[in-house]
Amino acid sequence: MNTLLVICFSFGYLALLFGVAYAAERRSAARRSLVSNPYVYALSMAVYCTAWTYYGSVGRAAYFGLEFIGIYLGPTLMAPVAWLVLRKIIRICHVQRLTSIADFISARYGKSAALGALVTVVCVLGVVPYISLQIKAIAASFDILTGGGQGSMLAEGTVASSSALITTGALAFFTIIFGVRSVEATERHEGMVLAVALESLVKLVAFLAAGLFVTFGLFKGFGDVFEKAAAVPDLSRLFTLDGAGTSGPQWFTLLVLSMSAILLLPRQFQVSVVENVNENHLRKAMWLFPLYLIIINLFVLPLAFGGRLLAGQSIDADTFVLALPLQAGHPWLALLIYLGGLSAASSMIIVETIALSVMMSNHLLMPLLVRLPPARAESPSWFAYLGQVALHSRRLAVVVVLLLAYGYYAAVGHLLPLVNIGLVSFAAVAQFVPVVLGGLYWKGGTRQGATAGILAGFVVWFFTLVVPTMVGPNLLPSSILEQGLGGWSGLRPFALFGLTGLDYLSHGLFWSWFFNVGLYVGVSLLRMPSALEQRQAVEFVDVFHYRTGFEGPAGWQAGAPLPDVRALLTGFLGKKRTSQALHAFAERFPEVPDASENVATAQADPRLLAYAEKLLAGSIGPASARLLLSSSVGVEDISFDNVVGILRESQQLLEANRQLQKQQRQLQRLTGQLQVAYNQLQELDQHKDEFLYTVTHELRTPLTSIRALSEILTDNPDMEEEERHRFLLTITKESERLSRLITLVLDLEKYESGRATLEKSLVDVPDVLHDALESVGQLLRDKQIQLDVVVPPGLPLLPGDRDRLMQVLVNLLSNAVKSCRADGSGRISVVAEASADTLRITVEDNGKGIDPEFHQLIFDKFFQARNQTMRKPEGSGLGLAITKKIVELHAGRIWVESQPEQGARFSFELPLPVNERMSE
Amino acid sequence: MPTTPHILIVDDEPNIVMSLEFLMRKNGYRVSIARNGTEALEAIKQSPFDVVLLDVMMPDVDGYEVCRQLRQLPGQSHTRVIFLSAKSKEADIQKGYDAGADLYIPKPFSTRQLMTTIKELIGTNV
Repeated sequence: MNTLLVICFSFGYLALLFGVAYAAERRSAARRSLVSNPYVYALSMAVYCTAWTYYGSVGRAAYFGLEFIGIYLGPTLMAPVAWLVLRKIIRICHVQRLTSIADFISARYGKSAALGALVTVVCVLGVVPYISLQIKAIAASFDILTGGGQGSMLAEGTVASSSALITTGALAFFTIIFGVRSVEATERHEGMVLAVALESLVKLVAFLAAGLFVTFGLFKGFGDVFEKAAAVPDLSRLFTLDGAGTSGPQWFTLLVLSMSAILLLPRQFQVSVVENVNENHLRKAMWLFPLYLIIINLFVLPLAFGGRLLAGQSIDADTFVLALPLQAGHPWLALLIYLGGLSAASSMIIVETIALSVMMSNHLLMPLLVRLPPARAESPSWFAYLGQVALHSRRLAVVVVLLLAYGYYAAVGHLLPLVNIGLVSFAAVAQFVPVVLGGLYWKGGTRQGATAGILAGFVVWFFTLVVPTMVGPNLLPSSILEQGLGGWSGLRPFALFGLTGLDYLSHGLFWSWFFNVGLYVGVSLLRMPSALEQRQAVEFVDVFHYRTGFEGPAGWQAGAPLPDVRALLTGFLGKKRTSQALHAFAERFPEVPDASENVATAQADPRLLAYAEKLLAGSIGPASARLLLSSSVGVEDISFDNVVGILRESQQLLEANRQLQKQQRQLQRLTGQLQVAYNQLQELDQHKDEFLYTVTHELRTPLTSIRALSEILTDNPDMEEEERHRFLLTITKESERLSRLITLVLDLEKYESGRATLEKSLVDVPDVLHDALESVGQLLRDKQIQLDVVVPPGLPLLPGDRDRLMQVLVNLLSNAVKSCRADGSGRISVVAEASADTLRITVEDNGKGIDPEFHQLIFDKFFQARNQTMRKPEGSGLGLAITKKIVELHAGRIWVESQPEQGARFSFELPLPVNERMSE
Repeated sequence: MPTTPHILIVDDEPNIVMSLEFLMRKNGYRVSIARNGTEALEAIKQSPFDVVLLDVMMPDVDGYEVCRQLRQLPGQSHTRVIFLSAKSKEADIQKGYDAGADLYIPKPFSTRQLMTTIKELIGTNV
């Protein structure tokens, strides 16, 4: 095709994208964002699919079958985990205003500037070759389309450097106007995101067009392609994973690497974390993005097989996508596909370069600048100057990164096999996995541990994955591969420490992570995290506990003059943003003196300083922000002891809070117990009243007779002698009844209060029974009651108080007598029986019986009080209560079985000492 | 001469019945005796009484109930009811008056005072 035409289309396309981006930012300014939705978010994540996907997948598939799918499976498998890990990273970055993976790691480990610089260097070294691969892809595809260069493209390229240089320049220009226009990096690049999303759509459509064309245009559908491929032995081999020669460890490595990459590649971090508008967009993106990956990979195999069937070895497999339509005479379709490839490459370059430039500026340049002597001059113009420097340095960084990429391409790119550059990049980024995951979930990691881990991982990565690539182009002697570094066979890049049997990528990943994780954990455990590290650890690991960026321990001591802080912020953020930010702060903390008002003498609140630090971190990175604030505003960074003090204080507060809650629960429990006790007391009090009442009532009855009869005797001296005698006898009886009652009451009181003691001896049961029957003998005879006594011989001796047991028996017997009729039909039977460990005595009568509802109550001394108008058949109402007490004192139990008019059977059981049964 | 006043003594304590019976006879009254609530109810249905001396706590039907039923009977419209009870709480006494008692005397009582009261009641009745 006409070169000019292609150039026009290329620039036209990029200009169109810029137009879209520009419009998006205008709309965003008018608060009608086109970007704030999960679809754009998911599409922008598809920046993951670069020219490597676009051209390289087909190339890989043509010789290695399904292996290419590995790096798309990883992100797909990651999707469910994203909600846990990615959301946490997003939350942390928004709270702490972090704008890159370097920010993240540096901030996590004590805002270390050195660590940030190290991460930046690793990123740049790891990713620049990847960018050069994109540049090369654009240049090569341009040459193929214009017929400028023939043959291979991604491998062993001989592409005209001019195309690449022009490409580089154009991309630098677009990157700068797309992404580096504002100094505050946390201000999202809505225009860029929309452009990237659009590019993702274009590359998808173009790739599908290529796939459809080959599958349905050049062949007769999927079945046709695969059937024909199956007929060729070299291709049919690719139908199985085994035949394609991809081993298990290799698959695993691909999955792990791509999982790391989707999270931590600078460009992925940029689109999925920094550019995230709303955490909830993640929910849709979690399935939309994997869906995109599946769709774009649908036609990879048909294209690969189609290419191999049609073109054979004459065309480089990496160019099939573009070359097949061109060969078939469809230049316009080829142009579309070229634009798709341009989309894939340019979106990657733009996002990656922006991310890298921010990192370089914030972590390589700013830490140096804020330490310069003028920084201590507390001059607002210096801050404003620094803000400008930050912006310019980023633009410069864009150019530097792209020049590095171009330089790499021009110097060694044409010498190196670029096929695996992408995966080697992934492996470099994977060196951040331990410190990032550790930083998210483990509070013990330290700056030294993280530095050692990354450094070690990076060195091993370089030795095992980069060094071998330098042997091919004769940059290094091949003896390194065979004999090892310095001739020591333990240091062979492909068989480090003698480890063989793994493919070189798995081998490199294994050893680099081995040392990385080992040193990270090991060195971290060597010493306690510093105060700052501890605080950051808490803010990272427990990020979901803090609601806004305003919260968390401040870490600054008051002391900085307020105007200085404001001037510092104005320098970086501009007047408008500064006053907006300070107003937001004032709304959150109304008690802090309003920082937006001009009070020259005011001191900045520690919380305001922490807030300012975060605002600045958004512009120049966390480490630089901290340095800047402490050196230029003149505030004292809080000392270790102070932070420990603050931490201890907050721990004490927490502890006190817990104690309070515990005490509150205890109080509630106590209140409940008190309530119960009070109720019991009240009930007891009532019982006592009732008892007293019952007792006095019982006393009144004999007293009434005594008084009445005495008065009669006094008033009637002329009474008949017989009657007089009868009255006097009655008075005596009633007096006896009265004293019996009093004795019973006192007895009962003794049992109730627990003062009663038993005078224990070994009691001969038949003997006591005999005595008891003797004492009620007269009563029995009076009522003509028939008595049956069953006492088996050989009853064991019973340990107990003989007199008390006698009292029990007499009580039960007299109750039985009272309940029997006096007409001679009364029967009472007494049975004693012993089992292995108890002795039971039963007293049964055939009297009027007791209603079951009273079976418990009759043993209650208050029984009569409760049935105040219904007199208990006969007796004091205290006898059974006392009987029960005595039985219980002997650790026994007593109960009654009865029905009204059916007689009653009272039984009590007393425990026998084990193995002390009386022998014959 | 008016007819001899007829007194009903209701109590389940034989010794108290004994003393009351002696007192009433000594004063020339006719005496009937009921040893529980059921007997008392039967008695009041059969003949009118001038005075009923009524215990409250009895094994079957209590004194309050006897009094209430008595007040329903047309034949007993002039009957005076005196409760003699060991239940001496304010509430018990009130309950007695609510049931229709003319007098509520707590036990133990003075026989002399009781006789004076009975004579007064019978006097107004006549």
